[in-house]
Amino acid sequence: MSDNKSILEIEQEIVDEFSLFDSWDDKYEYIIDLGKKLPPLEPQYKKDDNKVKGCQSTVWLVAENVNGVIYFKADSDAMIVKGLISMLIRVLSGHTADEIVNAPLDFIRQIGMMSHLAQTRSNGLLAMVKQMKNYALAFKLKNAG
Amino acid sequence: MIEPAIIKEKLDVYNIRKQFPFLSREVKGHPLVYFDNAATSQKPESVINALVEYYSSFNANIHRGIHTVAEEATAAYENSRDTVKNYINAPTREQIIFTSGTTEGINLVAQTWGRANLKKGDEILVSEMEHHSNIVPWYIISQEKGCTIKVVPITENGELDLNAYASLLNEKTKLVAITHASNALGTINPVNKISELAHKAGAVILIDGAQSTVHLDIDVQEIGCDFFVFSSHKVYGPTGVGVLYGKLNLLQEMPVYQGGGEMIKDVGFEKITYNDLPYKFEAGTPNIADVIAFKTALEFTTKTGKNLIRKHEEELLHYATNALEEIPGLKIIGKAKEKVSLISFVIENVHPQDIGILLDNKGVAVRTGHHCAQPLMDCYRIPGTTRASFAVYNTIDEIDVLVKALHKAIKMLS
Repeated sequence: MSDNKSILEIEQEIVDEFSLFDSWDDKYEYIIDLGKKLPPLEPQYKKDDNKVKGCQSTVWLVAENVNGVIYFKADSDAMIVKGLISMLIRVLSGHTADEIVNAPLDFIRQIGMMSHLAQTRSNGLLAMVKQMKNYALAFKLKNAG
Repeated sequence: MIEPAIIKEKLDVYNIRKQFPFLSREVKGHPLVYFDNAATSQKPESVINALVEYYSSFNANIHRGIHTVAEEATAAYENSRDTVKNYINAPTREQIIFTSGTTEGINLVAQTWGRANLKKGDEILVSEMEHHSNIVPWYIISQEKGCTIKVVPITENGELDLNAYASLLNEKTKLVAITHASNALGTINPVNKISELAHKAGAVILIDGAQSTVHLDIDVQEIGCDFFVFSSHKVYGPTGVGVLYGKLNLLQEMPVYQGGGEMIKDVGFEKITYNDLPYKFEAGTPNIADVIAFKTALEFTTKTGKNLIRKHEEELLHYATNALEEIPGLKIIGKAKEKVSLISFVIENVHPQDIGILLDNKGVAVRTGHHCAQPLMDCYRIPGTTRASFAVYNTIDEIDVLVKALHKAIKMLS
């Protein structure tokens, strides 16, 4: 799905989708719906090593490098976080390490998420972004080395 | 003893609300419902004005100055000490040490009394419902001294298991550190009894009053504890101020905490003589402005009438408990007979964080998470709770807003 589209194009898609919502109730309904639809992570991945630090809820994130293309899988015990990570996966999964590291991810601000809940350490949105970029950076350094 | 001019039966909450400028703000397009009072309370206009007045007209460093303004600032600062002394019925003003907050008070005791008196093999008794602030300082000193921390369990409804407590006390118990009221459950502990039992076993007892002082009448002599600590910001006062009360003989014997100005009498490179109580524990320029405004906060509660506040908060607690219990799948965590006005709850198959975010979207501020009491959450085998905590200015109408927003959130999440 995301193979043909650039990160920026997918970000713009999300921004366009969110522009259809009138209220934050609708936005949250949509995010919760994304969370419900995110396939659950296989139990073997739900280990401490895969936990994202800095979230009030538990978030597990795994990354796989297939011929230079990185794929993410994730899960959480909280629904809104799960919806957020579903969006991040949609934007970042299936791209190269370089593309992921350099992704602006400005859609988070554009859909109003930054002002709505990214400010406190408790929701972990920024921690998830950081962790995904760290995975990409690690793969990049590994390839370079 | 000053009696209130008019003996009132009931708190005029709408008049109280007018005194809190913060309460007129909106969040996410809704009138703010502030139910995070156990984290910090809002400040009445009188407290805000006291801060402005201090900085506008008598800001000066205290105790050393010979000039008029320094005298005024010193008098105001020391006045606060007298007010605190009366507020908790301490025998003397020397027993009131200003700290930065409850946490510093506990650390001070751990690092001075603890360092001087604890030794290998000694036991420190804390309860399962302690805030991290009443666990970590004891852990640090135990690691250093080779002491053991013993934990008093709680019962299913969130009360301290007094039988277990009594049986844990022994000749090795040197210190008991117990909260007066639990920040996560609301449980009010029978501190008089707890202190009595600790003393019978020959132990020193510290009571963490962070959550109780705003709700209850505090009489440290009646409690009989050796140390009592609390924070200004949870009692409608400014942040950055706390109080450590201690028994006179203990405070006198305790070694000094931080070194610096104010806490000394004479300084030479060969010999230093330390100041008397309470200054010996107040190194450096203290938090003058906030200490002064803290007095105004305590006066606010006294003028309002602590008995009226308590009655009002009990009404809120009772109403909210009944309303929340009607929500399918909702379970209240902490059902002690005696509670301060806070309710922790979990909802089946719903993460507290989702509840917190969706309530915030409706302008309702609650706290979600482990409430800095991870051992307690482990005990209930839950990752955290949602906590609504009520103060003097909260209303029944606001609880209705919470309940409505909860119904909506649950519907969205299921």
